[in-house]
Amino acid sequence: MSTVSVPLPAWINYGLIPLLNLILAFFFSGLVVWAIGESPFEALQLLLIGALGRGEGIGFTLFYTTSFIFTGLSVAVAIHAGLFNIGSEGQAYLGGLGAALVALAMDRYVPWYVTMPFAVIGAALFGAACAAIPAWLQAKRGSHIVITTIMFNFIVSSLMNYMLVRLLIVPGKMAPETRTFLPGGQLPKLDWLIAMFGGKLGAAPLNFSFLIALIMCFLVWVLIWRTKLGYEMRTLGISPTAASYAGIRYSKIVMITMLISGGLAGMMALNPVMGASARLQIEFVGGAGFVGIAVSLMGRNHPAGIILAALLFGILYQGGAELSFDMPSITRDMIVVIQGMVILFAGALEYMLRPVIVRAYQQFTGK
Amino acid sequence: MDYFDIFVSILGSAIRLSIPLLFTALAGLFSERAGIFDIGLEGKMLASAFAAACVAYWTGNAWLGLLGGIGISIVFSLMHGFASITNRGNQIVSGVALNFVAAGLTIVLGQAWFRQGGRTGQVPPEGRFSSIILPGADMMRDVPIIGPLYANVISGNNILTYIAFLMVPISWWVLYRTRFGLRLRAVGENPGAVDTAGISVAWMRYRALIVAGFLCGFAGTYLSIAQSAAFINNMSAGKGYIALAALIFAKWKPVPVMLACLLFGFLDAFANFMQGKSLPLIGEVPVQIFQALPYILTCVLLAGFIGTARPPKAGGVPYTKER
Repeated sequence: MSTVSVPLPAWINYGLIPLLNLILAFFFSGLVVWAIGESPFEALQLLLIGALGRGEGIGFTLFYTTSFIFTGLSVAVAIHAGLFNIGSEGQAYLGGLGAALVALAMDRYVPWYVTMPFAVIGAALFGAACAAIPAWLQAKRGSHIVITTIMFNFIVSSLMNYMLVRLLIVPGKMAPETRTFLPGGQLPKLDWLIAMFGGKLGAAPLNFSFLIALIMCFLVWVLIWRTKLGYEMRTLGISPTAASYAGIRYSKIVMITMLISGGLAGMMALNPVMGASARLQIEFVGGAGFVGIAVSLMGRNHPAGIILAALLFGILYQGGAELSFDMPSITRDMIVVIQGMVILFAGALEYMLRPVIVRAYQQFTGK
Repeated sequence: MDYFDIFVSILGSAIRLSIPLLFTALAGLFSERAGIFDIGLEGKMLASAFAAACVAYWTGNAWLGLLGGIGISIVFSLMHGFASITNRGNQIVSGVALNFVAAGLTIVLGQAWFRQGGRTGQVPPEGRFSSIILPGADMMRDVPIIGPLYANVISGNNILTYIAFLMVPISWWVLYRTRFGLRLRAVGENPGAVDTAGISVAWMRYRALIVAGFLCGFAGTYLSIAQSAAFINNMSAGKGYIALAALIFAKWKPVPVMLACLLFGFLDAFANFMQGKSLPLIGEVPVQIFQALPYILTCVLLAGFIGTARPPKAGGVPYTKER
């Protein structure tokens, strides 16, 4: 009998299988470390100490986590409607422009808490604008959204390059970046959060956008599982034909979903642009949009899972940076390998272990 | 320098820039016509560039380098196949994963083996594909119009360039005039029908991916040991995605693929040429426009404003045999 249709209890589907996939991904990453001639266990230990050992390390870890929560949510919202948004990277990049324009316009006149809501809206609007054209092409012209969002990553990259090199650059400076925002355009650091646990934030850029990210997790959960729109999105994701029979308008849902997805990706920019560097820099997204794919897959497209997966990748990013100091033969790009392995095993090969587990489960329960 | 000389020099560099695109887009042609989306072209190109540079550096033999590049590229193709054919995983996710693995592994292994910040060692001249001067190129140089074209555009390229253009008619012939090609296209349009005819869909798709890996190996090799003399960090720099765009722009057909790659190569060469120069009447045109143009054109095409691009029908759908 085929094992595909055998139902498994939730703890296996959402707990055991992702965990085993993760272990496989780390096993193969460990093989790479071993092949280089270093001890995988020592590397893992250094990585964990670097990410979680001190208050500053935790601050950096949570800083990365913040970015990944936004991009993970962005990918997840689209997946619920059956759309694969590979464009989070570009949407976040353009979102940075939105946030920066608001900060540049307001930082002289008002304190940060007045600027912040406008910056959130600005970042989300620009991110959504970047997703709007691929969404429209998918909804009305039937162009494959994966291809168009990839194309838009490159288009946005060229556009931002032009904006920063030609228009937003500080006259007389070489670096393609805007001027530094005044405190009215910056998000405050969360030193009190780390201090609550007796640590010290130090130079870590953990900032207020972490809390915005957590609020967005809750809002996405409400949207997907507690609203009519979310129900329509999920219906479309499971079966477009059933959705069409039920009177759900395909193009409307595709547009709305992608605008929300792009908006969430755009908000990611708040964290590095207004929280950390206080200026818009070239290539500031640095692959966080693609990490969002891994985070969403690992977290099974659920906000709670996404927080955990984002934390995992935050630990990897911060720990990986520390690891490359302690073990010079391992570069920081080891995390890119691990990331690839996680996407491979948790995403593309997610069903690989299922038949084995189904057989073991059947034997165990005697069915 | 008059306008014709400038044109010839841009054309020559356009050809050199379009070769990796051509190999990669042809690779994508085989896998996508068989119904397997191949976002992982970029990663395959990068991995094979690295492997070719390593092998050529160690052995000092360009052909062994090419073999190494092709080998790794096929291994990546098979991983893609294992995930998306055997395990029926999502083809796009698998491609994205392989791109990451390639991007990370090349730097990590490069740093561990060569300690030059992700570069491989400088490949010796005999480990590279050097330019071939075709017979009579120097003699022809003084003939007006045809002379410079022959000497600077057609002659003076390396062997891989000529192989690339040779691959276009070969691909066309394989896809449209052989039994293998017919079945490959059928498997991308209606795998059920192919299965009914008693042909294994999975094996057919695996073979298409192996061909894709083979062609992608040339692209990577070209980057690292024909166009330059070492592997450099993230050397493919998005060329795999431009090739994917060219493939779509060409509506999944071999000869248009060549033309699309030449067009995108020309845009690239023209952008390099225009850097810091200004046009009469218009003034200085931002280079970024030329960089974005291939992607914009592809989106416009996909929107159905220039004809229609109809992808293979079964593309991206894992095949499940009925029981």
